Amino acid sequence: MPISLDDAFGIHEQAVKFRAQRTELLAANIANADTPGYKARDFDFAQALQQAMQGQRPGELARTDARHIAPAAHYSYEQLYHTPLQPSVDGNTVDIHIEKAKFSENAMQYMTSLQFLNSKISGLRKAIRGE
Amino acid sequence: MSLFNVFKVAGSGMNAQTVRLNTTASNIANADTVSSSVNETYRARHPVFATLLSEEMGDAAHGVQVVNIVKDQAPLRQEYRPGHPQADANGYVYLPNVSIAEEMANMISASRSYETNAEVVSTAKQMLMRTLQLGQ
Repeated sequence: MPISLDDAFGIHEQAVKFRAQRTELLAANIANADTPGYKARDFDFAQALQQAMQGQRPGELARTDARHIAPAAHYSYEQLYHTPLQPSVDGNTVDIHIEKAKFSENAMQYMTSLQFLNSKISGLRKAIRGE
Repeated sequence: MSLFNVFKVAGSGMNAQTVRLNTTASNIANADTVSSSVNETYRARHPVFATLLSEEMGDAAHGVQVVNIVKDQAPLRQEYRPGHPQADANGYVYLPNVSIAEEMANMISASRSYETNAEVVSTAKQMLMRTLQLGQ
């Protein structure tokens, strides 16, 4: 049976990447909680997971010719807007308590994915040493 | 790497809130500064926040910046105090248009937002530390 190290970490590698980017986005929402006209954004996990499974990136144009320009490297998941629970007069759609809850949840999920990766690594290490 | 951007974003947030807290402190300190003419009187100052769009931070991370500090154009208070050393020819002194209640609310809001951003930084730090310890 061939052993591929690329597959050893499974979906957790993608999950960590997604969570890290979501952390960044939620931090931006929190920092802009008092900015007039700022629209809070978020990723859809189910959609991102599906895209990761299919190895596809959102809104990416197909490159049918070698001379087509490649998209920017930092191109990430699709960013979605949400309807604010308490709309404010200045057009800001950040619900700070919801963003804080999401941030904590996301941080915990990131740590969980790291824990899974750690277990995978220690499993591999045991296999290599033959313990 | 995206987790490092969290520090920049939250840092810009803390910076903006500090400016806001500074203007509030200035407004409260000058709430009772009288003067003898309209032009010389202190006017309440308010920062204007805007989203910081920068290339280096990439697609997702947008910090916040203070683009301007505006003076409040609300009318000044005018009081008749003929005995006051700063009174003008008609016996009037002019007081700043600072609303203490408004400033206090602003102060609480700014310090709460600052705290939240500081928490974001500490959480991001924990996440990075755990990532560095991966596989040990």
